[in-house]
Amino acid sequence: MSLSQLMLGPNVVLCNAASQTYPSCNTFTHALSFFNKIEGSQATARQTAELLRSVISQQRVPYTNQAGALIDAVKAIGEQLIAANPVELAVGNIVRRVLHIIREEDLSLTTAAIGGLNLSAVSDDENDDDRDGDSTLSAAAVAAAARSTLRPPSLQTLLEDTPVSAAVPQTSSSGAADKSSRSRKLKHDVIEAVNELIQDIVTCHEQIAEQAVEHIHQNEVILTLGSSRTVLEFLFAAKEKKRSFRVFVAEGAPRYQGHLLAKELVARGLQTTLITDSAVFAMISRVNMVIVGAHAVMANGGVIAPVGMNLVALAAQKHAVPFVVLAGSHKLCPLYPHNPEVLLNELRSPSELLDFGEFSDCMDFGSGSGSPLLHVVNPAFDYVPPKLVSLFITDAGGHNPSYMYRLIADYYSADDLVVQRRATAGN
Amino acid sequence: MGAQKKRAAAAAAAARVSEDPDDLARQPLQAILLADSFTTKFRPITLERPKVLLPLVNVPMINYTLAWLEAAGVAEVFVFCCAHSKQVIDYLENSEWFSQPNFTVKTIESHNIISAGDALRLIYEQNVIHGDFVLISGDTVSNMSLTQALQEHKERKKKDNNAVMTMIIKKSKPSPITRQSRLGTDELFMAIDPNTKQLLYYEDKADHSKGTICLDKMLLAENPSISLHNDKQDCYIDICSPEVLSLFTDNFDYQHLRRHFVKGLLLDDIMGYKIFTHEIHSSYAARIDNYRSYDIVSKDIIQRWTYPYVPDVKFCGNRATKLERRGICFTAFNSEIEQSRSAQVGSFTVIGYGTKIGSNSKISDSVIGEGCTIGSNVLIEGSYIWDNVIIEDGCELRHVIVCDGVIMKAGAVLKPGVVLSFKVVIGERFVVPAYSKVSLLQQPTVHDSDEELEYADNSSGTVEFSSIQGTADQSNGEMTSESSEAHKPKLGTGGVGYIWSICEGGQEEEWRHSVAPIPEDKLTELSEAMDDDQELVTQDRTALSTSGELISDSNASEGDDNEDSKDDSVYFEKEVEATFLRAVEENVKVDHVILEVNSLRLSYNMTSADCAGAVFYSMMKLAIKTPHSSASELQQNTANIITTWQKLLKSYLLEIDEEIEIILKFEEMCLESAKEFSPLFARILHILYDKDILQEDAILRWADEKEGADESDKVFVRQSEKFIQWLREASEEED
Repeated sequence: MSLSQLMLGPNVVLCNAASQTYPSCNTFTHALSFFNKIEGSQATARQTAELLRSVISQQRVPYTNQAGALIDAVKAIGEQLIAANPVELAVGNIVRRVLHIIREEDLSLTTAAIGGLNLSAVSDDENDDDRDGDSTLSAAAVAAAARSTLRPPSLQTLLEDTPVSAAVPQTSSSGAADKSSRSRKLKHDVIEAVNELIQDIVTCHEQIAEQAVEHIHQNEVILTLGSSRTVLEFLFAAKEKKRSFRVFVAEGAPRYQGHLLAKELVARGLQTTLITDSAVFAMISRVNMVIVGAHAVMANGGVIAPVGMNLVALAAQKHAVPFVVLAGSHKLCPLYPHNPEVLLNELRSPSELLDFGEFSDCMDFGSGSGSPLLHVVNPAFDYVPPKLVSLFITDAGGHNPSYMYRLIADYYSADDLVVQRRATAGN
Repeated sequence: MGAQKKRAAAAAAAARVSEDPDDLARQPLQAILLADSFTTKFRPITLERPKVLLPLVNVPMINYTLAWLEAAGVAEVFVFCCAHSKQVIDYLENSEWFSQPNFTVKTIESHNIISAGDALRLIYEQNVIHGDFVLISGDTVSNMSLTQALQEHKERKKKDNNAVMTMIIKKSKPSPITRQSRLGTDELFMAIDPNTKQLLYYEDKADHSKGTICLDKMLLAENPSISLHNDKQDCYIDICSPEVLSLFTDNFDYQHLRRHFVKGLLLDDIMGYKIFTHEIHSSYAARIDNYRSYDIVSKDIIQRWTYPYVPDVKFCGNRATKLERRGICFTAFNSEIEQSRSAQVGSFTVIGYGTKIGSNSKISDSVIGEGCTIGSNVLIEGSYIWDNVIIEDGCELRHVIVCDGVIMKAGAVLKPGVVLSFKVVIGERFVVPAYSKVSLLQQPTVHDSDEELEYADNSSGTVEFSSIQGTADQSNGEMTSESSEAHKPKLGTGGVGYIWSICEGGQEEEWRHSVAPIPEDKLTELSEAMDDDQELVTQDRTALSTSGELISDSNASEGDDNEDSKDDSVYFEKEVEATFLRAVEENVKVDHVILEVNSLRLSYNMTSADCAGAVFYSMMKLAIKTPHSSASELQQNTANIITTWQKLLKSYLLEIDEEIEIILKFEEMCLESAKEFSPLFARILHILYDKDILQEDAILRWADEKEGADESDKVFVRQSEKFIQWLREASEEED
C-alpha cells in the first residue's frame, strides 16, 4: 500500500511536489517529515489545502456527477492524510472544508443552471462571463451567498433543499455541451474557492490581530502561556496601535516556548515578565486578561491547548479574569471532544522532561521485575471545557463558546463529519 | 525526473529552516547502512531471517534506521546486505523506501563478506561515496538531529584534514550494573580531550579483574588535559569523511569498526588521523547488539524515548496504533483486536493487528505481533511475541522471545530467557528450561561460541552460514515433519524443534545477554564487584577517579604522598618482578614485556627511573635464583641475563638519572637482599658498561656523588675504584 508512506508526524509538513499523478496510479502523495523543523497548525493546514488543490486540479471529472467524483477523490486522499497524523486536527478540518466547498460550488452552479433554464440561454452566458471576469467575486461570493441565502440551518431550508438536490441529475442530463462546460466550470470554481481558503489561512493571523485594539486596553496586564504565533501577532498589533500594556508569560514547561515568546516580545519593546507555570495562580490576581492560543477548538466550544492551559483557565475563573482564546478558523473542528475519532492527546518523548543519561539507572529493565519503577508521561495537550472560556477570537470576529456550533455549520457540511469514520471502518 | 528531484531537494533544504542551507544543499548527504551485524548473537533466529528484519515493537528494525536517516536529512542510503541478502532486498523492494522522493535507497549485495571492514572495502571499490557519509548499522534506533554533529564535523574537517570521523556518544550512568542491565555490554572507557572533543582512547574490553586500565604515557605527555570517561555510551553512529573508506582499503586487516578501526587509528600516530566525538543529550540513540538490548530498546520505544518513532505515530512500515489508557500508563492497541472481556492487558504493552486474546489471560510489559491467537488463562509477562503465533490455553511465558508461527500447545511453560525460533512447536505441558534456545534447525556443529571468532579471518563462518541458509529454505516445506519425528520427545508430545545446547561456558554468560531480568544472585555479585571497585578507589589514591580529569604533569604530586608511593613502589617492584619472571618462563617477546611494564608503571604512577630500578632488580634476582656453584658462574649467569634482556632495560634508560638509579639499586641489593653479588660488584658494573647499558658519565657521576658519603657507603666505590680510574683516564684521553 504505497499511500501509507505518508508520514505526518506532529511536526510535519506535507510537501507537495509537482509530480503528483494521483488518479493514475495512486502513488501521488508523499509527505516529508522534518524533525522539529516546521510545526503549527497553520503551516499544516496550508499545506493540506495546497495538496488538495492539486488533487482537484489533476482529477479528471466524468460528465455526470462531477461533484461526486471530486468529493470521492478528496475523501480518498483526506482519509490518508488524517490517518497519517490523527493528532493534528487541522488536517481533517481542511479536508472537510474542501469537501464543503465542492458541495457549495456544485449547489450554486445547480441553482444558477436552474435559474438559467428558467430564464433564457442568454442570461446563462451572461452569468458565466460575469463569474469568469471577476473570479474573487464568483466562488467566494456565490458560496457566501449560497450559505447565507440558500441554506440557513433551519427546518424550512432543509425542506427546501430536497427539490434542489433532486434537480441535480435532471439538469446534468439535459445537454452534452452544457455538461462539459459546466464540469470545467465546477472544477475552476472549486479551485478558486480553495485558493480563497488558502488565502484565509495565510492571513488569519493578521485578521485576528486586527481586532487586538478592541480587546487590549491601556495599562492592562495580559497573561499568556507558552508560545503561539497568533498571540504574538495579536500583542504586536496592539503595541503598534500605541497601546501600552504589560505581558506575563508563563514559560510553558516542558518545552519552554514561553522563553522564546518573551524574547520576541522584548525585541518589539513590550514590557514582559516571565513566570513559571506553577506561579500562574499567584500572579493571576494582577492580570486583566488571559490571552492564549489553541491547538484546536471543538464543536462544543471546548479547547485543546498546550498542556497546562486548564490550570490557567481554572485560575482565571477563580479570579474572574476573562480567558480569551485566539484561533484561526482552520482550527475549528466540527467534531466533539467525546468523539472516538478525536485523538485528544499526544504523548511526547520523556526526554523533554529529563535527560536520559542522567536517569538511565532508573530505567533499569534488566533487574527486578523487568519493568522500571520510573514512568515518565509527557502529554502535549490539555482540554479546556467551554465553560472556562470567555471569548473566542477567530478571523471571523469574536464569539462566545456557545456560538461555535454555528460557525462550524457555516464552514462544514454535516455530510462530511462522518466521512472519516466510514473510511477507517472500511479500511 | 532528475530536474524534478533536484527541485524537490532544494525545496526540502529550504524548508528545513535556515540552520544550514548551504552545507546540506551543496552536497547530498550519503549513508552506509550495514544490514548485517556480522555477529551471531541473535542465533538461532538469524539463521532464518536477517537481524535487520526482526520486528522491534512490530516493525522491522531496519525501518527505524531508515526512517531516522530520512528524517536526519540523508539523501542517499547504501544498504549493504550480506547474510540473507535476498530477504533484505526483497523486503526493501516491496517497502515504500524505494519509492520515496528525495531519499534513495540502494542495495549492495555480497555473499562472501564476513566483517564490516570487508563491507566497507567493497563499497570503496564501487566508488559510490563522494562526500561525508553516515556509517550506521541496520539495528540502530535513534531520533537525534544530525545537523549539529554534521556541522561540527565539516568545520573540523575544514580546519584539519585529518579529522576523519565523528563518533556519536551518549551519557549513561557509570555503574557496571546499569550498563549490564541496560545494554548487556561491558564497561566502555573513553579518553576525550575536553576542549577539542578528540577521542584519544577507546577500550570496550577492559580487564575487570585488575580494576585498572592502561593508558599510553604519550597520551598524557602530549595532551594538556584529558578526561577519562566510563559514563559514556557508544551509539554506533559515525559521521565519516570519505578517507575512512580508503583507510579500510589500506589497512586490509581492519575488520571490526571499533576494535580494529577506531583503536587502530588511535594507536597509529604516523598518519595522524583523528577521531572526534559528539555527545547527544536529550535525544535517543542505541544499538541492538544482543537479546538484552533488544529488550531494553523495545521498552524504551514503548516508553516513547524514541519519539516520534513510537507505535502510535505512523512512520514508514507500520500501522499506527492507538493508545489506550490503562491505569496511569498507556498501552498501544490496534483498533481491530479481539479481546475477551475478562482478559487483562496491562500497561506498556503493544498488541498488533488482528490478534485475539482469550478470557482471563494476563498480559503485561509485552509486545504481541499481528494475527496471534492467545487462548484463555495465558500469562504473558515481559515477552516479545511476533506474528501469527498460536498460544493455547494455560501457557505461561515470562521474559521470552517467540518468533513467527510458533505454536505452543496447552499448558506449555517457557522459563525466562527462552528464545523460540520460527515455527517451533512446543508440546503439551512441556516446560522449556531457562535460557534455552529452540529452533527447527539443528545447531551448527562448527559452533563459534566465542564472539571474537565472528571477526576472525577464517572463512568457516560463512561457509557454514550459507549451508544453513539452504536448509532454512527447505525447512519450510517437508523438512519440518521429518525433523519433528526424529526429535519428538525433546519438546514434549507433538513438539517440533531442537533445543540448542548451550555453548561451553555459556551457562555462566547466558544471563548477560538474554531478555530475562538479571537473576538476583548475579545482581548482588555485580554490585559487590562495584563496591570492591569503589573501595579500591578509596584505598588507592592513584587510581583514577571516575571520569575525573587527569592533569598530565603528575610528577608534581610525587612529593606529597611519600608514604603512599613507598607502599606503591614495593608493590610495583613485586609486580614487575612477577611480570619479568613470567616473561622469562613463557618466552614472551621483549616488546610485550615493555608494554606490560609500561602499563604497570602508569597504573602505579611511577617514573621510568623506578621502572629501570625494578626491572634491573628482577633481572638480578633471576640471576641469583639460577643455580650456580661459584662466583664466576654467577657472574656468567648475570652476563647472560643482561645480554638477553638488555633491550628491556635500555627502554627505560632514557637519561643518566635512570642509569644512576640502577647503580644505586645494585648497590642496595648487594648490601641487603643479595649479598652474593657484593664481591662481583665491580665486574658486573663492567659488564653493564660493556653492554652499553651504563654510560661512563653515569658511573662517574655516581662515583662523584659517593665522594662525600660515609665510609660504609663507599665500599663499592672503592671496590670499583680501578674501573672508575680507567674510565676517567679514558675520557681524559678522548678530550
